[in-house]
Amino acid sequence: MTPEELRELAARRREELQEFKYRLNVCLAAGCQSCHGDSVYKALKAEVESRKLEGVQVRGVGCLSLCAEGPLVQVEPDNLLYQRVRAEDAPELIESMYGKPLKRLACPTDAPFFAAQKQIVLENSGRIDPESLEDYLAADGYEGLMRALTEMTPAEVIAEMTTSGLRGRGGGGFPTGLKWSTVAKSKGAKKFVICNGDEGDPGAFMDRSVLESDPHRVIEGMIIAGYAVGASHGYAYIRAEYPLAVKRIQNAIKQATKVGLLGEGICGTGFGFTIEVRLGAGAFVCGEETALIASIEGKRGQPRPRPPFPAESGLWGYPTLINNVETFANVPPILRNGGAWFAGMGTEKSKGTKVFALAGRVKNTGLIEVPMGITLRKIIFDIGGGIPDGKKFKAVQTGGPSGGCIPEEHLDMPVDYDSLAKVGSIMGSGGMIVMDETSCMVDVAKYFMEFCKSESCGKCVPCRAGTDQMHGLLSKICAGEATMDDLALLEHLCEVVKNTSLCGLGQTAPNPVLSTLRYFRHEYLAHIQEKRCPAGVCKIKAAAEVHA
Amino acid sequence: MSDAPHILTLKIDDQDVSAVEGQTILAVARENGIAVPTLCFLKGLSPVGACRLCLVEIKGVPKLLPACVTRAAEGMEVTTDSPRLREYRRTILELLFAERNHVCSICVSNNNCELQSLARAQGLTHVRVPYRHPRLGVDATHSRFSADHNRCILCARCVRVCDEIEGAHTWDIMGRGIDCRVITDMNQPWGQSDTCTSCGKCVHVCPTGTLTEKGVAAAEMKKRQQFLPYLTAMREERE
Repeated sequence: MTPEELRELAARRREELQEFKYRLNVCLAAGCQSCHGDSVYKALKAEVESRKLEGVQVRGVGCLSLCAEGPLVQVEPDNLLYQRVRAEDAPELIESMYGKPLKRLACPTDAPFFAAQKQIVLENSGRIDPESLEDYLAADGYEGLMRALTEMTPAEVIAEMTTSGLRGRGGGGFPTGLKWSTVAKSKGAKKFVICNGDEGDPGAFMDRSVLESDPHRVIEGMIIAGYAVGASHGYAYIRAEYPLAVKRIQNAIKQATKVGLLGEGICGTGFGFTIEVRLGAGAFVCGEETALIASIEGKRGQPRPRPPFPAESGLWGYPTLINNVETFANVPPILRNGGAWFAGMGTEKSKGTKVFALAGRVKNTGLIEVPMGITLRKIIFDIGGGIPDGKKFKAVQTGGPSGGCIPEEHLDMPVDYDSLAKVGSIMGSGGMIVMDETSCMVDVAKYFMEFCKSESCGKCVPCRAGTDQMHGLLSKICAGEATMDDLALLEHLCEVVKNTSLCGLGQTAPNPVLSTLRYFRHEYLAHIQEKRCPAGVCKIKAAAEVHA
Repeated sequence: MSDAPHILTLKIDDQDVSAVEGQTILAVARENGIAVPTLCFLKGLSPVGACRLCLVEIKGVPKLLPACVTRAAEGMEVTTDSPRLREYRRTILELLFAERNHVCSICVSNNNCELQSLARAQGLTHVRVPYRHPRLGVDATHSRFSADHNRCILCARCVRVCDEIEGAHTWDIMGRGIDCRVITDMNQPWGQSDTCTSCGKCVHVCPTGTLTEKGVAAAEMKKRQQFLPYLTAMREERE
């Protein structure tokens, strides 16, 4: 289809949407589905049908953000949000549309949880049907692509990305424009674009939500990237543990292909691009780009030393652009609104917004998108609503097993790539786990080390044997059996593994230990010298028991 | 443009050296008599950069890089030996010794073992990390060779020589992390492998006493790797 035809399709859908006076948007993303969101959806649909109501649409949508209070239902045109809705509530909810809002289930949308967010990546999340191309088109979808293809040269697209200041959202924070220009300049008979959707950090579900709630956005980002770097084929590498995300992206690829947004001669131009889905087989290390590439090639998912970087020699030796789901999701709005618009948000070196999966000991767990530069305190206490049950905040863990634990004293620091690195953590892909006084920081470090140990591919010695030894030492400390020599050895191993491991997994595996040692050393010492766990988590045998 | 090779000059350990474009730091260092310890590297097999013993410091580069895969560049200043590198190398060797059961005195490769001689060269006198003492098996099902997993350091030389030189791809690695193991075919006993040609190349590239010929006693297993440079040279000539 030509851009005109696509825009007609969008206009028609907008009209169709206006035919409905009322709309019930039921969240069908993973979080709400797991608490029976689909039965709410079915009940509402049945209720509307049995009452033969006209002008009422019941629509399944993507993530509505406040996962803690799911299943969520949003009612248009009044934009009311209802929480913890159950199938039995359907009749009452339908009646409320014609009368007074249903107070019992109302979710305050003026609360800081919603007010302090800034949604760009998630702009369509919960507002469109993720399985409908027309819905996406009606929300200005593929406008960025059309602009790129019809008004801009590839070099201009890259310049726009560079102006935007977008940095890789997978964790490393590499400037996206620079990466694109490197791939564009690399010479190869073919080039590839890969979307990294192998999100594997414990507690992280950002990419999952984007793929489940707005899959076309990722596809649009990939096509634009393909045009910019001169690639004609792309791979969406999604972990198999995300069946709904896989289904939605496959559905979106099919729809986009049908209207000629994928395939030969996209939008009537000479540019062609196709996308294939590849499933990850459950290895965390395959989120590392060279391991991911090996996995697509059908090899054992193991990283290889860089350089050469994939931009120069990637998939099957060809220049390859590899970006994370959220990075691609940022591309369409940048092309639509311009790089300068995007650069207007965030801090000097970290532009735009960041999606976080807020989890752990915080009242409002859920998927949030905030402008870069917001403070951790604002995220945890305003958006997150603070710590439940009157407990005291202890630390927040960002960046998953590669990140660190940040204590209270740094909560007023802005959230950006460089500030987080300064306090010994990383931005990471966006996992954010809040811990209160009931968490033992040595136990937390042990948990992450166990994760790294079991996810190490085993290729390089320091990561394979080092994570195992560090886990052993942490277990010893938790059991109250360690000496100060063990602690010194642990610190030494942290340094060696960090500096000598082959890939990011090993190089960052010591971070949870190093950051907890930096801020909570007294907890380690209490385990070692006083044989007690201050948080009461670790089971330490009393001296008498040991001798008995 | 001329076909003449592009020549670079760089510094390794304060010594001015020259290199052909594309040469690795390790190749240039060895050419100039500068010793860099290696374990997974073997000339003639594709380098994998896995043992991390050949890590070197490069001025202006924040990370340590493996000399076996990092290409020499004009004006590079490389340090192959420093207290920090020595400490890291020793720790990596300690991790290897503690990982499995390397008991030199009863090993057929005693005094003919690359792990052992590296440890000696690096002045390793004791191991600080706790020994893991895993219970691993010995596969003696092959008529001429045996595989003692207690001695394996997972350098994957056997995997590479079998795949790249012999073309059989009998060996591979299974499992993850600390549970990795080299296997023959789909984890069948070696003696029942359909693909093994019994060429013995894996045995002779194995740096430790893992893959050995049957019938040798402690300290008798000498590895003969001469075939590798010979085959590589012959193949290069033919290309």
